[in-house]
This record gives sequence, structure tokens and C-alpha cells, in this order.
Amino acid sequence: MEAEIRLRVDGTTHTLRVDTRTSLLDALRDRLGNTSPKKGCDHGQCGSCTVLLDGRRITSCLALAVSHDGAEVTTADGLAPGDTLHPVQRAFLDQDAFQCGYCTPGQVCSVVGMLAEATDGRPSHVTGELTGPVQLTDEEIRERLSGNLCRCGAYVNIVAAVRQTLAEEAP
Amino acid sequence: MIPFDYHRATDVEDAVRTATSRPDATYLAGGTNLVDHLRLGITSPSLLVDVSRLPFDDIDPLPDGGVRVGAGVRNSDLAAHPTIRRDYPMLAAALLAGASWQLRNLATTGGNLLQRTRCAYFQNPATPCNKREPGSGCSALAGWQRHHAILGASEHCVAVHPSDMAVPLAALDATVRLTGAHGDRGVPLTAFHRLPGDEPRRDTVLEHGELITAVDLPRLPPTTRSAYRKVRDRASYAFALVSVAAALTVTDGVVRDVRIALGGVAHKPWRATRAEETLRGADARPASFRAAAEAELAEAEPLPGSAFKTTMAREALVSVLTGLAEEGAR
Ligand SMILES: Cc1cc2nc3c(=O)[nH]c(=O)nc-3n(C[C@H](O)[C@H](O)[C@H](O)COP(=O)(O)OP(=O)(O)OC[C@H]3O[C@@H](n4cnc5c(N)ncnc54)[C@H](O)[C@@H]3O)c2cc1C
Ligand code: SF4
Ligand code: FES
Ligand code: FES
Repeated sequence: MEAEIRLRVDGTTHTLRVDTRTSLLDALRDRLGNTSPKKGCDHGQCGSCTVLLDGRRITSCLALAVSHDGAEVTTADGLAPGDTLHPVQRAFLDQDAFQCGYCTPGQVCSVVGMLAEATDGRPSHVTGELTGPVQLTDEEIRERLSGNLCRCGAYVNIVAAVRQTLAEEAP
Repeated sequence: MIPFDYHRATDVEDAVRTATSRPDATYLAGGTNLVDHLRLGITSPSLLVDVSRLPFDDIDPLPDGGVRVGAGVRNSDLAAHPTIRRDYPMLAAALLAGASWQLRNLATTGGNLLQRTRCAYFQNPATPCNKREPGSGCSALAGWQRHHAILGASEHCVAVHPSDMAVPLAALDATVRLTGAHGDRGVPLTAFHRLPGDEPRRDTVLEHGELITAVDLPRLPPTTRSAYRKVRDRASYAFALVSVAAALTVTDGVVRDVRIALGGVAHKPWRATRAEETLRGADARPASFRAAAEAELAEAEPLPGSAFKTTMAREALVSVLTGLAEEGAR
């Protein structure tokens, strides 16, 4: 079965017919030519397909495109309109937070989603006091990014990139 | 993946009517388990009824002081909700210990309860599995057993239910609200999931076409302390080997009330009624907690590859209860 859906991706609205089996990831990559989200596992296990769906980070490989008709999607590509990098992207460059780069677009989207969640005061598995304020310690950063695997093991510098972003944001 | 029809439900009635109309129709919520299974070829429905936009995504107070959680509430939003964090910390903690942030942003309350076992043989259509293909045999009996049951299993299936969220819900005596073709009903969470017996194909008592609309949480006394402990092979983003949800009410050093459920040990979240009975009225001391854990696990029948879990469950339970008692005494 096919269905017509509308997706707003990185600020541009697209209308497309998709097979109902199409994942949001495949719709982005194969139908809309946006190859910044990557297919690592296709089973929700690696996070390389992470995009922001209506502002929240999700694994786009397990989302059916047809179910998200009308959604607003931001990919790592869309975080940098024009030539100006998003602060998180720049921090990844500054801190050497990748090697092959395959997981990077997913990592970057995940960090952007994570910073919003922390600002919203959402606790994590390692937050001691569930009702208290959120302090993004290294332990917190690692836990909050555990849904993004990096086969090159750039984790240490990814944490550093998040710290750089936080330092830049601090008043 | 074989082709399927897709219908976006407009309301609960429409969802139930459409799903009931076809014997192999399946509801779609966040898709984080179903889409995986479609891709793996574990299930091949001819119709998906999408319930992810139904207006049952609220968390509301109930007249008796409890809380009603809509079936469509995302796992991330439930964990972050101020009432859940304050009054049901073991539930928030269990949610936060499950999956990843990206997955929890999609996963729903209803879908979480109905997620299927992560038994490696169930997930691999090339291996025999009574749950996936009744009568084909259970590969785990002579296979890899690290993630398998120690309580309530049968010769037909030794799988465990993988949900973290369901464990505190079992301890809390939550009620699952259902709507089907023949009306509404409420099922206690502890009676919602089944033991495998000779019908491992069925994970729950849900009838075809029945829709989970909400989960009701009863009120807990304000003096109750609760916690969730998950033991796993890595620090984050892994399913439980063993988990413990416990709520303890102590006055003058005596256990007035206690609720305990174990995860990762059985085909359903395991309500530890024997441990609870042993503890009610007992001194809130580590020795009592150990006796209670031993009483509960006396009936454990692990496989060679899951035998370590009996010790692990006992120690986790003693540690959680001791922690709660100390916290209460402070
Ligand atoms: C890599 C990975 C790691 C994970 N780790 C964990 C973990 O550590 N702990 C944990 O607990 N979980 C874990 N999960 C599982 C995750 O929690 C579940 O996939 C999720 O909760 C399912 O919710 P959903 O809304 O996406 O369900 P879906 O995939 O949409 O549906 C699942 C099932 O529920 C049915 N369904 C959905 N909603 C309803 C309803 N309202 N009424 C009736 N039927 C319904 C569907 O028909 C389907 O059969 C993990 C998943 C992945 C992919
Ligand atoms: S334990 Fe259950 S799910 Fe796993 S192979 Fe055996 S029958 Fe299948
Ligand atoms: S490709 Fe989606 S999580 Fe791996
Ligand atoms: S940089 Fe290579 S996988 Fe992360």
C-alpha cells in the first residue's frame, strides 16, 4: 500500500508518496536525498539515524514515515543553514570528536536534543535527586548519550565537545 | 517485510472496530518494537492501525488520589512528569533505566507493556521457537540462557518479559484499562502478563482487537519510599539481567507495608508475594530482608546458564530494601 504524506525537513516542505513500509530514515535518505542521518543497524540499537522530530530526538529507523505525516524533522544537515555551523557541530570539529564520522550526524542531533531535555529539567538514570535541578556532569553527559554508539570510540572527545558547547552557552 | 495496509485511527471506537475487523490487524504506537519485528519477519500483519495520535496521551489525577496514565503517553514524558517523579520514583527510575532517550521519545505506555521478549531465538526466524512458531521447540533450553527465566517458566518457553516499566507497575498494583469490541474492562497489571505454560505464543490476556487506553496507578501513602534497581551487562542501554522494584513503608522500625516486583526473572513482571508476606510486621532489618528474599527465591528453577540470577536477584533485593529502610530512618 502507498500513502501520500507531507514532511517538513530542515525547513522545506515535501509532499511524497511512500510505501507504508518505508521508515522515516529511508524516506529522508532514499526519497528526499538527505543522507545526513545514517543507517547503522536499522534496529534502534546504534543511534546513527537520530533526527529531531518536532524538536525531540528519535531513532528514525524505527519510525514509519506514514505515521509521521505532517511532522517537522530536523537533521544534522538542517542544523547548519548556509555556511555557519551550529555550535554543537563546531564543538565536534574543535574537539576532534569523531574519526570516520559515520555516527556524527546522529551524535550531533542527539546532543541538541539532550541539551533541550536538560534545560527542561528532565532527570536521567544517573540523576541522584529525581525532582532536583539537572547538572550536566560528565557522568550525566555519558548516560544521556548512551543511545549513540561510536565504533571508532570517539566518546572522550564527544564529551569534551558537549562541555565546550555548555561553556559557550553559560552566561 | 510484506506489504500492509495502514489506517490512522480517528478515535478509540474507530481503532477497535478497524482492528477487530481483521484477524491479523495490529496496533501501531511508537513502533520501536513493532517496526523492528516487521523488519525481522517475526510478525507480518496485513493491516496496521495507528493509535499514536489518539487523544489518550494525558496524565491525570484520579478521584481516589491515584493517577491515570494514558496509553499514548511517551515513556520519556511519563518519566519526566512532576507527579511521577515525586510520588512514584520507582516508576520514573525504571523508565529512565530502559532503552535510550531517542527510543523513549517514541515508545508509549501501551507499547511498552506489550513489547515482546528479547530472547535471541525468538528474534531470529531461522531458529526454532515455540513463542514465534508454536510446536517448533525452544532453542533456549539447550542454548544461550543468560537472559532467561528462573521463575515460572515451562518446558515450552523460558523467556522473560523485558520491560522495566512493567516491574514497578506490578509492584504498585496498577490496573490496565482496556477497550474491546464488547466494551471496557480493567485488568490488574499482575494478571495482565501470562506465564508461558503450554501456550507461550500468548504474552498477555489481551484479546484480539482490544486496545489499552490507560494504566491506573493507585495512591501510595506519603511515608512510602520506593526505588528501582537494574542490574545489567553494561552501565546503560542494555536490558536487565535482574531488576527490583520495591516500595517500603516502615513505622517504628517495623515493616507496615511492602510491595516488591522482580524483572528479568520470569515471563511476566514477578510480584514477590512470598517475600512481602514474610516481611509484613517484621523488623525492618537486613536479616529480615534476606529471609524474605530467600523465601521468594526458594522456588527458583534456573537453567544452567541463568543460575547466577538467583544469587543476583537475592542480593539486589536485600540491597534495595536495606537502602529504603536506611533512607526512611534518616
Ligand atoms: C535497542 C532497544 C533497546 C531497548 N531497551 C529497553 C530496555 O532496556 N528496557 C525496556 O523496558 N525496554 C527497552 N526497549 C523496548 C522499548 O521500551 C519498547 O520497544 C517500547 O516501549 C514499545 O513501545 P512502542 O510504543 O514503540 O510500541 P510499538 O512498537 O508501537 O508496539 C508494540 C506492541 O504493542 C502493541 N500496542 C501498542 N500500543 C497499544 C495499545 N494502546 N493497545 C494495544 N496494543 C498496543 C502493538 O500492536 C505492538 O504489538 C528497547 C528497545 C530497543 C529497540
Ligand atoms: S525461550 Fe521462549 S521465546 Fe526463547 S526460544 Fe524458547 S520458546 Fe522461543
Ligand atoms: S540505524 Fe537507527 S538506531 Fe541504528
Ligand atoms: S566516528 Fe566513526 S563511528 Fe563514531
